[in-house]
Amino acid sequence: MISLKDIDVVFGKGTPLEKKALNGINLEIEEGSFVTVIGSNGAGKSTLLGVLAGDITPTTGTVTIGTTDVTRKPTVRRAELVARVFQDPLAGSCGTLTIEENLALAERRGKRRGLTMALNAKRRELFRERIAELNLGLENRLGDRMDMLSGGQRQAVSLVMATLTGSQMLLLDEHTAALDPGMAEFVMNLTDRFVAERKLTTMMVTHSMRQALDFGHRTIMLHAGEIVLDVSGDERKGLQIEDLIQMFRQIRGQTLDDDELLIG
Amino acid sequence: MSQIALWGAVELGLVYAFVAIGVYLAFRVLDFPDLTVDGSFPLGAAVAAVLIIAGVNPWLAALCAMAAGAVAGLVTALLNVRFKILHLLASILTMIALFSVNLRVMGRPNVALINADTMLSPFYGHGLRDFMVRPIFIAVLVAIALFLVWRFLESDSGLAMRATGANPKMARAQGVDTSRQIYLGMAMSNALVALGGALFAQTNGFADVTSGVGTIVVGLAAVIIGETLLGARGILIALIGCVIGSILYRIAIQLALSSDVLGLQASDLNLVTAVLVTFALVLPRLRRGG
Repeated sequence: MISLKDIDVVFGKGTPLEKKALNGINLEIEEGSFVTVIGSNGAGKSTLLGVLAGDITPTTGTVTIGTTDVTRKPTVRRAELVARVFQDPLAGSCGTLTIEENLALAERRGKRRGLTMALNAKRRELFRERIAELNLGLENRLGDRMDMLSGGQRQAVSLVMATLTGSQMLLLDEHTAALDPGMAEFVMNLTDRFVAERKLTTMMVTHSMRQALDFGHRTIMLHAGEIVLDVSGDERKGLQIEDLIQMFRQIRGQTLDDDELLIG
Repeated sequence: MSQIALWGAVELGLVYAFVAIGVYLAFRVLDFPDLTVDGSFPLGAAVAAVLIIAGVNPWLAALCAMAAGAVAGLVTALLNVRFKILHLLASILTMIALFSVNLRVMGRPNVALINADTMLSPFYGHGLRDFMVRPIFIAVLVAIALFLVWRFLESDSGLAMRATGANPKMARAQGVDTSRQIYLGMAMSNALVALGGALFAQTNGFADVTSGVGTIVVGLAAVIIGETLLGARGILIALIGCVIGSILYRIAIQLALSSDVLGLQASDLNLVTAVLVTFALVLPRLRRGG
C-alpha cells in the first residue's frame, strides 16, 4: 500500500517565481495495483513521481510506502522499496559497464554491498535466464558494454533490472516515450507481463492516452497539481480516448474562463 | 641508453605506477579530475622519510604515508561533496595547502635518507645488484596493489563506485550512496599516490617538497598511454595498462633525454612530458581518422 497524504510541493517558495507543483494531493494505491497517470505538460506528473522516488521532498504532507514513512528519506535511502525506469534509455543504466554488471548492480538495489565478486556462476545463470525472457538474443551478450545496445534494447534491460529484486513500488516515467513505435509497443507489452507476473504495485506516467487506458487497473489525470480524474473498474472500462480528450478540453476551458474573468 | 639507465627508468616507472593507478581511480572510475596528487605524492614521501629517520619501521612508515594520503583525498572530497566546490578547484585548494603541510612535516624543504634502513634494505646484497633489486621489489608491490584494486573494482562495492562515476543518478536510484563512494574512492586514490611517494623517497634516498610538481601529468600520461596501447577491455586490462604506460613513459623520457641527436637536457623534462602526453592524447584520434 502506497499512500500520499495532503502533499504540497512548492518550488522557489517566497520568491517571485514561486510555483505550486502539487496542491493537496491525497492518493492511496493498493498493493498489486497498476496505476497510470496522465496530464498535460506542467500538470505535476513528474513531480508526483519525484515525490514517490525521493528526488523531491514535499513541502507538506506525508509519503508512506508499505509501512514505512519515507517522506524525509532521500532516493538512496528508499531504493530498497522503489524500483524505477527512466524516460531516457541512457539514464537507467551505466553505458560503460557490461550488461551483466548493470544487472549485478540492480540485483543489490538498496542492499548492503560487500566485497564478494559482483559476478559469479550462480548470478550469471540468473541473469541469463531473466535476459532470455526478453527474446532479444541478449543472453549471449551479457559481457557486452551497455552502450553497445540500442535504446529499445537498453530500456528492455532496464525493465529487467527494475524487476530483478523485490520492491514495494515500480515507477515508470514515460519509459516508452523515447522509443520508436515498434520498440515502444514491445517494451510496453513486456512491462505489462512483468507487472502481472510479479503482481507489482506500479505507477506509470505516460503521454499516451491509449497506454493510460489499455494498461493497468486505474487511471488518474493531473491538472495544475491536482487530481482531476480518478477512474477504475467498470467506469474505466467504458472510457474511450475521446472521453479523456473531452475532459482535457473541459478542464483547460475552465482555466481559460478563469483567466478571462481575471483579465475582464 | 645504458643498462643501468634502463633499469632506473623501469624502477621510476614502477614507483609512478602507484600514481597511475590512483589517477585511474579518480579520473576514470569516479570521473573526478583530481589534482590533489601533486600534493599527496610529496606528502607520502615526507611522512615516510621523517618517520624512518625517527626510527620507525619503514613498512609502518609507508603505511602512515598511505593514511596521510587518504586524509588528503578525504579533504578534497569533503570540499567537493559537502561544500559543493567544483572538483578541480577543490583539489587545487588541497594541493596548495599540502605544500605548506609538507614543509611542516619535514621542517625543511628537503630530507635525506642516506644510511637509514628502508623497506628495501633487507633485500640488498643477496647476489643481485642494487639497481636490479629496487625495480623487482617495487614490481612485487605494484602487482599486489594492482590485484587488490582489481579485486575491489570487480566486487559489489567496487561496482557501486564505478556506477557513481558512470551514472550518479542511476547509482542513487540503486541505493548507492554516491557521496560515500566519492570519499572512499578519493581516499583510496590518494593513499596509493602517497605510497608511490613513500617508495620514491626510499628508493631515491630523499624527500623533497618540490618532487610533487607535475605528478598529475605523469600519472595521466601513464593512464592514457596504457589506454592507447591496450584499448578499453575491462578493468584488469586498464590497470595493467596503467603500469605498462607508466614504465613506457619513463623509458621514452629517458630515451629522449639521453639521445645525442635531439640534444635535450634534464631541464627540458617538462616540455618533453607535455609533448609526450599531447602525442598520446592525439594519437587515438588520428587513428580513428577524426
